[in-house]
Amino acid sequence: MESRAITLESEHDIVVARGEVRAMAVALGFRLIDQTRLATVASELARNIVKYAGRGQVIAQPARHADGREGLRLIFEDSGGGIPNIEAAMRDGFSTGRGLGQGLPGSRRLAHEFEIESSAERGTRVTVVRWI
Amino acid sequence: MNGSQRIPILKVGRVLVVPVQVDMDDQTVIGLQERILSELERTGARGVLIDISLLEMVDSFIGRMLSDIAAMARIMDARTVVVGIQPAVAITLVELGLELRGVDTVLNVDEGIKLLRAEFGAYGADDDEDDEFQGEWHSFGESRHHA
Repeated sequence: MESRAITLESEHDIVVARGEVRAMAVALGFRLIDQTRLATVASELARNIVKYAGRGQVIAQPARHADGREGLRLIFEDSGGGIPNIEAAMRDGFSTGRGLGQGLPGSRRLAHEFEIESSAERGTRVTVVRWI
Repeated sequence: MNGSQRIPILKVGRVLVVPVQVDMDDQTVIGLQERILSELERTGARGVLIDISLLEMVDSFIGRMLSDIAAMARIMDARTVVVGIQPAVAITLVELGLELRGVDTVLNVDEGIKLLRAEFGAYGADDDEDDEFQGEWHSFGESRHHA
């Protein structure tokens, strides 16, 4: 299966992103609950980009674990102003916008792997992986 | 056109029934919230029943919208029930850290109607257009004809 890149610049793109991610999860053989987790992560992190950075993209790519399991990796990247205080942003209930502040910490709980890099110069990249 | 217009708001007795059958973008969610509140005002309905059994995902934005609708409806003296949350959606909501504060959830529309009926007594006592749902509502000395 090929990787897919989805541009994120409008609210509609959030709907597209979660739909595409779910479709890939289905094609890879994820069970329903994991399809839902992945679609939800896609929605949360895509919204963060549209809301805070204005635009960016998500790359969805099939992945393979060292133990042979298949999975799906989602890379969300933008070149916005970065997250000034990542530690605070990863806490439940922290939000600088209109959200409930569940986006980042919630997404971390829904994925097996979660990595975040952010700087004012290079923007933000969040990588999540869920294994089958 | 407001995307939320695609989502019907049906008045059944004193309850607004809102079947959400499509994935909603944020503007659609906000539009739906506004429409429900103005329908509450226009109709004087006492309950809001939101059926999300066809929603495959509820993220923090939609979850917050449901909590907000319940809080706003309560201020307008109406009770909100969300019905039909899929198991996968329920698991994901909890892992996400969302509690759906102030929202009563039940498994299906029947249970939702029972709960709303228990909340304000008669179900749809003020209209003639809701006979279908009036099985348990009777008023002594009055004869109702189903046209």
